Amino acid sequence: MFDSALIPKGVKRCSFAKFFIWVLILHIPVLIGTVAAILCWGLALNQTYLNNNFPFGLWIAADLGIIALGGGAFFTGFLRYVINIKELKNIVNYAVVIGVICYAAAQGILAIDIGQPIRGWFIFWHANVHSMLTEVAFCIMAYFMVLCVEYLPLLLENRQIFKFSVPRSFAHHLHEAMPTIAAIGVFLSCFHQGSLGGVAGVLYGRPFAYREGFLVWPWTFFLFILSAMACGPCFTILITKITEFFAKKKLVKKSVVGILAKISGGLTTLYVLLKIIDTLGWFGLVKEAGAPVKSFYANQPYGWWVLVMEVIILGAIPALLLLNKKTRENEPILILACVLNCAGIVMNRWIMTVQALAIPVMPFDKFVSYHPNWVEWATTLLPLWVGAIVIMLSYRYLPIFPQERELNPY
Amino acid sequence: MKDAHHKGEGHQEGHGTVYKYGMVINLDKCTGCGACMVACMAENNIPFRKEDTNDRLTQNFWMRVYKISNGGSFPDNDICYLPRPCMHCEGHGHHNRTPCVTVCPAVATDYNHETGIVSQIYTRCFGCRYCMAACPYHVRVFNWWDPKWPEGMEEYLNPDVSPRMRGVVEKCSFCFHRLQRARNKAYSEDRREVHEDEYQTACTQACPAGAITFGDLTNPEHKVYELKKTPNAFRLLEVLGTNPKVYYTSSRAWVRKAADVYVGKEGSGVTHT
Amino acid sequence: MFPFAFEWINDPSHFVFMGGFYFALGGLFIAVNYCVMRALFDWLCKGGENHNEH
Repeated sequence: MFDSALIPKGVKRCSFAKFFIWVLILHIPVLIGTVAAILCWGLALNQTYLNNNFPFGLWIAADLGIIALGGGAFFTGFLRYVINIKELKNIVNYAVVIGVICYAAAQGILAIDIGQPIRGWFIFWHANVHSMLTEVAFCIMAYFMVLCVEYLPLLLENRQIFKFSVPRSFAHHLHEAMPTIAAIGVFLSCFHQGSLGGVAGVLYGRPFAYREGFLVWPWTFFLFILSAMACGPCFTILITKITEFFAKKKLVKKSVVGILAKISGGLTTLYVLLKIIDTLGWFGLVKEAGAPVKSFYANQPYGWWVLVMEVIILGAIPALLLLNKKTRENEPILILACVLNCAGIVMNRWIMTVQALAIPVMPFDKFVSYHPNWVEWATTLLPLWVGAIVIMLSYRYLPIFPQERELNPY
Repeated sequence: MKDAHHKGEGHQEGHGTVYKYGMVINLDKCTGCGACMVACMAENNIPFRKEDTNDRLTQNFWMRVYKISNGGSFPDNDICYLPRPCMHCEGHGHHNRTPCVTVCPAVATDYNHETGIVSQIYTRCFGCRYCMAACPYHVRVFNWWDPKWPEGMEEYLNPDVSPRMRGVVEKCSFCFHRLQRARNKAYSEDRREVHEDEYQTACTQACPAGAITFGDLTNPEHKVYELKKTPNAFRLLEVLGTNPKVYYTSSRAWVRKAADVYVGKEGSGVTHT
Repeated sequence: MFPFAFEWINDPSHFVFMGGFYFALGGLFIAVNYCVMRALFDWLCKGGENHNEH
């Protein structure tokens, strides 16, 4: 093969031609997304369906969703390096790759979303430390750096780079320092995952999103951290399964996936319980203020079904499926549970941003619906295609799955 | 703020003179003519696109007149026009902060404790729109387009107000430039205080029905001081705790109910166009 | 934002927020640089031939 010298030893990869064609095909949606991004930068945000009623739309909802899904990186890192669950070393590399993609995507989308991208650095230079968004920006930026450092030893383990003593030694020492780096990642992640919850929770002018809380943090702060910890591992499992499907082979042992699924099941159950308590508490809060709860669910498409869908179908059901050993060990059911869990979190992020803005606050205000246009969709999906290319490159040239050789001897 | 503190215009608090500029809008007088909107757009160099004139979601208004109805059928039908500038919220109690100010990640908006005016610094704003999400009154608007005016109109722009670039948020400033001008005048005349008639917003002056009254809410010599205390006075969404500095008065009970209560509580059945 | 920025305020919010941020960045910086130094040290002293498997 043309690139066989770069492929890790003892593993089989498809032909370079096949790989190249797939990468080329993926470049088509990448190109469309890039054109959409350039339209936004060049012609301003009038290219989208965002408006004065919906300053936040698909982009922010997707951003919050992506970061929650990418939470698998920090949480798996925490379990592997801080709690020291050794088995997870077989999936933590992949969790890091997925994390890098998710966090790069989140920052990329934000760079398109802001009206004056050239002034993006103001958030760091003229920081308002009381704003939840500031906390998000600082922590995401810093955590992305942590993820890059975590990804670095993987890069250095490429066969050709690993031949040289300095990168090899550097990678070794980075592995040694990983508990410290992972701990920093956990510290940063807890804050930015929480702050994303705080973004909506502090909006006391938006009763649908507003929550009381602890000190400066609304309850959504803690719910977002927990939900990211609960669904992140599910997303890691899901992407691993998709990779296995395309690679047509097992890459991670069932027992490893089982550990993540079990932990995710426990956390999702806890999250759903707390979410129910939070929702009931919020019912009480708005009722106390004199608003009938039903008024918040009176505007289609945001009816009661949204709450049922989020908490029961995409919350409690995957939680139970993941908690139960029998269902957890059945692969199709496990995948279904992961899909439901991830969808539930993305839906929660949509609800906390878009639905929160859609609900009229002034009594004489009219409900307006919002749906994203192709520019928003193309830019939001852009990281998906770029991510696929990064995964393909990483899988092909880097020893991401330590169990691959053992599971697929040839 | 205790009345005993007042000494003429404004009052002393700490080292500086503290004002709380605000408005009282008499909804019984408002005819919905829109003169306040036009005056505001002309005064504050608000750009407009012909294509967006009917699109209230992308056309920017600093002052917007809502038409609300009691939802009754003839002969019980009644309508009311409700002009809505920025409320210049002060926040109080548990929410001791302006909703849009604390959320801004780059300190591009500020609550001025000397005037009570919420400012917007266009060159600092980078367009994250978090403040828009925070404002329950839809006061804050975003420049979706590059600012453009019909040919020749650029010649008539107000030199005291900077036009905004695309990609930033803007909002009603209570014609702050007029306060600056009035202060300059007072300074040149060796005065420290600005008189009530020296600082009036464009919408106040443009209203042919005299529905809008503007002044220092804490100054007993200003008209707004008494007007805000009338039994028919109310504020929009008072229950949220935003503590707005724009008051409305109406003798019609349904109007008061429609405007100052929480979502859906008593306002249900009220429609707007 | 740095403590010498004109907008900096000496209050608990700024100390806690920026302190936490610089603490995390500093930790990361030290960890990475420690690894770089160790790698260079290995190369200079031992030829770096000791670490082959991870």
